[in-house]
Amino acid sequence: MAEIPLTHGLLLAVILFALGLLTVLARRNVVFILMGIEIMLNAAGLAFVLGGARWGAPDGQVLFILILAVAAAEVSVGLALVLQLHHRFGSVDVDAARQMRG
Amino acid sequence: MIYDALWLVPLLPLIGFVCLTLLGGWLSRRAMAVLGVGSVALATALAFTIGYTFLTRPPATGHCTEVIGSWLAVGNLHVRFGLYLDALALVMMLVVTGVGLLIHLYSATFMAADSGYRRYFAYLNLFVASMLMLVLADNLLLLYLGWEMVGLCSYLLIGHDYADPVNGRAARKAFVVTRIGDAALLVGLLLLLAHWGTLQIQPLLGLAAQGWANGSALATVAAALLLTGAVGKSAQLPLQVWLPDAMAGPTPVSALIHAATMVTAGVYLIARLHTLFELAPAVQHAVAALGALTLLLASCSALLQRDIKRILAYSTISQIGYMFLALGVGAYAAALFHLMTHACFKAVLFLSAGVVINALDEEHDIYHMGGLGRQLPGTSLAFLTGAASLAALPLVSAGFYSKGLILAQTWNAPGMGVWLWTGGILGTLLTAIYIFRAFFVAFLGRPKSHARCGATAAEAVALVVLAALSVTAGFVEIPAGLGGGVQAFTGLVASALPPGPQPAHTGNLPALLELIASLTAVAGVLTAYYFFRYRPPAATAAGAHPITAAVGRLWQSGWGFDWAYERLFVRPLVMFTRANRHDAVDALFTGIAAGSRALHRGLSRTQTGRVRWYAAGIACGSFILIALMVLP
Repeated sequence: MAEIPLTHGLLLAVILFALGLLTVLARRNVVFILMGIEIMLNAAGLAFVLGGARWGAPDGQVLFILILAVAAAEVSVGLALVLQLHHRFGSVDVDAARQMRG
Repeated sequence: MIYDALWLVPLLPLIGFVCLTLLGGWLSRRAMAVLGVGSVALATALAFTIGYTFLTRPPATGHCTEVIGSWLAVGNLHVRFGLYLDALALVMMLVVTGVGLLIHLYSATFMAADSGYRRYFAYLNLFVASMLMLVLADNLLLLYLGWEMVGLCSYLLIGHDYADPVNGRAARKAFVVTRIGDAALLVGLLLLLAHWGTLQIQPLLGLAAQGWANGSALATVAAALLLTGAVGKSAQLPLQVWLPDAMAGPTPVSALIHAATMVTAGVYLIARLHTLFELAPAVQHAVAALGALTLLLASCSALLQRDIKRILAYSTISQIGYMFLALGVGAYAAALFHLMTHACFKAVLFLSAGVVINALDEEHDIYHMGGLGRQLPGTSLAFLTGAASLAALPLVSAGFYSKGLILAQTWNAPGMGVWLWTGGILGTLLTAIYIFRAFFVAFLGRPKSHARCGATAAEAVALVVLAALSVTAGFVEIPAGLGGGVQAFTGLVASALPPGPQPAHTGNLPALLELIASLTAVAGVLTAYYFFRYRPPAATAAGAHPITAAVGRLWQSGWGFDWAYERLFVRPLVMFTRANRHDAVDALFTGIAAGSRALHRGLSRTQTGRVRWYAAGIACGSFILIALMVLP
């Protein structure tokens, strides 16, 4: 089986990250924003794994596990915020929480 | 020796000032008056004792010097508290203390109802002390100190009733206008100091007479600067505008400061430094021309004033014009003689006007007076004596002798003497008209108001003494045209001042000049009688024509000097200060503050609360940072 070039993998990670970022910026629904963040985290994780595979070092996979843990914590906090948002404003639209009049 | 006590003469009024200022709270009004008048009375007694000694046993050199102590000693500059008494200083000292004492006495009852009684006497004492220091100083710095202090006292006393903003404005005007002259005087003194390295008057004059050629540029500049100072203080053209407004002060103050003493400081200065002025013939001619012009312009203005004090103010300007005229032609003794008689008759005019104003409840307008001769006979007689002396009525008035001396010596002056003499004669005519206009309108005719009270005893004493002096002070100098013989005054001051211009040829000319001057004065009185007593409608008709009415308005406003100065100097300056109210240099610092405030406002705009915008910001920032790290 021919080895997949590193560039392709990194390109996939960049595309994933960009898609996640676009989701965060474009969607108003807070649940989708959380999903976008998850995608960005996973894109970063993919880049670590690719690096680890390229140089045959375990560090990449170690860091991916760390990212998984961080993502789990992030989701728990994020979902709690979603519930609070829904409870307080009756909607899951982040722009509903726009109360600062800078 | 009595001369050793000379320093007490200025010190006694100064002690009076200090006591009145420090102890004032514990003094009764009576004690204030005793202290205020008493200190000047002691100084006067001492001054006259010194004067008597000077006359009977004059000092060998014609002058005496007394040094009290050192004032400044910086490098080569040594200034001392030194007094210098010669005939010139003696005459000034006697005038200041004598007239000063009578006016203090008058004030004791005249100001009795005033709430600022203590302040008034304190400043009046300070004024007498400063004026004495001015005339007795043996160096120019001490003279300048006295010069500034009399200006300060003038300011304080014009604004005595400070509750009325008009008085405060008049006081500021007087202070600022005289300050223009004072600044020039200071520059002149510094020029002399820089060039000759001393401010001692007599050594300085000696050095200047030897070192400066006649008409040299530096001498001319120095004399011109000193003349500017004298012009400011003595209210001559073009700085005369402050004196009519200075009448806002209490009447005795007008009599003492703005008629008898302070305004003649300029005359004293020029007489004291006459050597310098003789080294600058151009400036000395300017003195004479300024004097002649001032006396004519001020007489015209006095003709049309309605306020009795303003008539007298313009008359003071015009009489000092005579003194400048005399100084300009070198007739220093005549100028000093006129200064002395003027102090007497102008003081009696002001003081009797004060009694009238007081009796009529602050009525200043002569057309609202009338018939005062019957209601206030004594005061009217005093005013008449002063008026006769001012108008130089022949033989019976002091003003006749002093003005006659000035006119005779002006005629003899080389160059433009005849023209100056013509101006002086014209001035005599105008003087007689304006002062007798005031007399006929205010004191004769039908009474228009009721005089509330007459002069008190203290006021009467001052009036009687000054009125007597207005008649007799001239008898010390009988002119050559009237047989001559008596030359007591010029004989006295001959030791200090050079003789005036001498006639090229004698004969009947001196007598003829005296006759012309006498007839002019009498003609003036008769003109005033015709227009203001015999046929007042004639005066009204003469003033009704459009041209005469326009000229009259011009004269009444003092030839529009106030109008012009208001537009030329006051308003531009006020506009400039208003524009620069927020200091231009401050703009840098307020600019920094305004810039950071604008930045703050812009940045706080970004704090919208839109989470996705924050995320976008973070993303952009990260992108830029990474790009910066990767790209180079």
